[in-house]
Amino acid sequence: MVTIGAMVGTAVRPLRAGRHGDRSPASIAFLVLLWITLLFAIAALAALLITSFIDGIDRVDGNLFTQYTSQLFPDRGGARAAILGSLWVIGTTALLAIPLGVAAAVYLEEFADPRRWYNRLIEVNLQNLAAVPAIIYGMLTAGLALTIGLRRGVVLAGGIALALLILPVIIISGREALRAVPAEIRQGSLALGASPLRTVWHQTLPAAIPGVATGTILALSRALGEAAPLLLLGGLVFITYDPDGLMSGFTTMPIQIFNWASQPQAAFRTLASAAIIVLLGMLLVMNALAIVIRNRYQKRW
Amino acid sequence: MAGPRVGRPDRPTSVSRQSSRNGERIAMLGLRGAALLSIAITVGIVIALLGPALEFFRQVPVMDFLSGTRWAPRFSNPTYGVLPLVTGTAWTTVIALLLAIPFGLGAAVYLSEYAPTGVRKVLKPVLELLAGVPSVVYGYFALTFIAPDVLKGLLGIQVGTFSVLAAGIALGIMIIPTVASLSEDAMSAVPMALRQGSFALGANKMRTTLRVVFPAAISGIAASVILGLSRAVGETMIVALVAGTQARMVTGATQPGQTMTGFIAQTATGESTPGTIAFDSLYAVGLLLFVLTLIANIISIRLVRHFREAY
Repeated sequence: MVTIGAMVGTAVRPLRAGRHGDRSPASIAFLVLLWITLLFAIAALAALLITSFIDGIDRVDGNLFTQYTSQLFPDRGGARAAILGSLWVIGTTALLAIPLGVAAAVYLEEFADPRRWYNRLIEVNLQNLAAVPAIIYGMLTAGLALTIGLRRGVVLAGGIALALLILPVIIISGREALRAVPAEIRQGSLALGASPLRTVWHQTLPAAIPGVATGTILALSRALGEAAPLLLLGGLVFITYDPDGLMSGFTTMPIQIFNWASQPQAAFRTLASAAIIVLLGMLLVMNALAIVIRNRYQKRW
Repeated sequence: MAGPRVGRPDRPTSVSRQSSRNGERIAMLGLRGAALLSIAITVGIVIALLGPALEFFRQVPVMDFLSGTRWAPRFSNPTYGVLPLVTGTAWTTVIALLLAIPFGLGAAVYLSEYAPTGVRKVLKPVLELLAGVPSVVYGYFALTFIAPDVLKGLLGIQVGTFSVLAAGIALGIMIIPTVASLSEDAMSAVPMALRQGSFALGANKMRTTLRVVFPAAISGIAASVILGLSRAVGETMIVALVAGTQARMVTGATQPGQTMTGFIAQTATGESTPGTIAFDSLYAVGLLLFVLTLIANIISIRLVRHFREAY
């Protein structure tokens, strides 16, 4: 914190500053310091990618994609159940979270009166929910499953847990996309006699779709990498069959990686880093898709 | 009243009008229901945590829970003092913040005040990538690289496989993008006129950044740090892999220790059966975690609103 003394001290000798002061040793040292902080972040990312690549690339082979995990033969085991399980769970999450999230975003952005206390409550509540620890959503889902009599470790329960987790993110980014659509579009539609709902359905929402899609894909990629809420669903580790429906048992890539990484044998660690390469590859594809949509379809009004 | 009622004054779609179609009324109800779901989720969380937690506190006094220094739910003579888990969380979180505050703020200052547009375009995606890496990958990274290679090999610090130090460092790297992006937003929101005024008075760029932009953005910067803190407290996979699995009072950075989230993860994956007090203790810890992060989030949201209103 700056003391008053220090502030007075700087105030009495203003003349030697000026824009040329940017070349002073202190200024240069400051800039170098800023560079170092950024370099640290870049180096951390590079080290993370390089170490898992070196550890695991030899193990990214056919077995990884076609075999189930094996306690006895980690050298030959694979992540087949986890890859399929991740696809099933993310698909379920998308089906649950996208319609609900977009509907809530449309209501809050297009129809809700922000002066009403209950709409402001929803708004603050959403910001709060977006920052609730992921594992809490797992506890909520476990409680919900117990109440409605759903078995915990099934695809549907996993999808519900992850959908609850990313719903606030989808709503918040959806609202931002809708907000970017200019008022003239709505006014033109209304002037031609369309009802408010038709205006949203035929004009506002289509215009906002690139933004909504970008936000949604990023939220789904967060769900794909998240394991904490699924831990609460229990019994997800030793799955050696393909999931075949909403009521089927499952495991996912992050859970499988967590399990392998916590085993002491080196072969499991290698398997974990091979699975990390696959998981990062899946995330990269999703993020690239989001960037392509953003760059190609987003209109600048 | 039918159809959309008087709505947002700034949105032309919400002109008050009588809708003639029943379908539209149903659609409106659906939209409103989706928005209300967020409230239902919050209420659901509170109910899901509170039920078993109250059951737990019926058998273990709240004060014993909050002030006890021995967490041993699995012993034949179980004790439920949550402080060992709290010290585990406190150590990992403080280490994470010690790392994330300087590095996150440095990155934010550079991106907001110094970076040319071209450099910004390259560096921002790097930070976004860092934010997109799953936490379990950070956990693996801490387990196989930070602890054995960096801490032990490079720096010569005596750490075992599990330590709050390695977990804290991985958490810190994970929350750098959180701190950096929110505080960069806050600094970018400071009006150019303030900087120009400072330059006109003869201050150089560094002084302008430190004495004008930084204080003007302080509420947003504080919000970013508190949000980072809340994420570090709530993060599970890193601490479950690296911090350790034994709940004990942590008194040094190189010690192993279990955090609140680590305990929840371990118990949930273990063989505890619902209805037992050991299982209910999970929800007592979960409730404490929820309340702590809720307080941090509310402070952070208030601070963000403050800087949004200021300019």
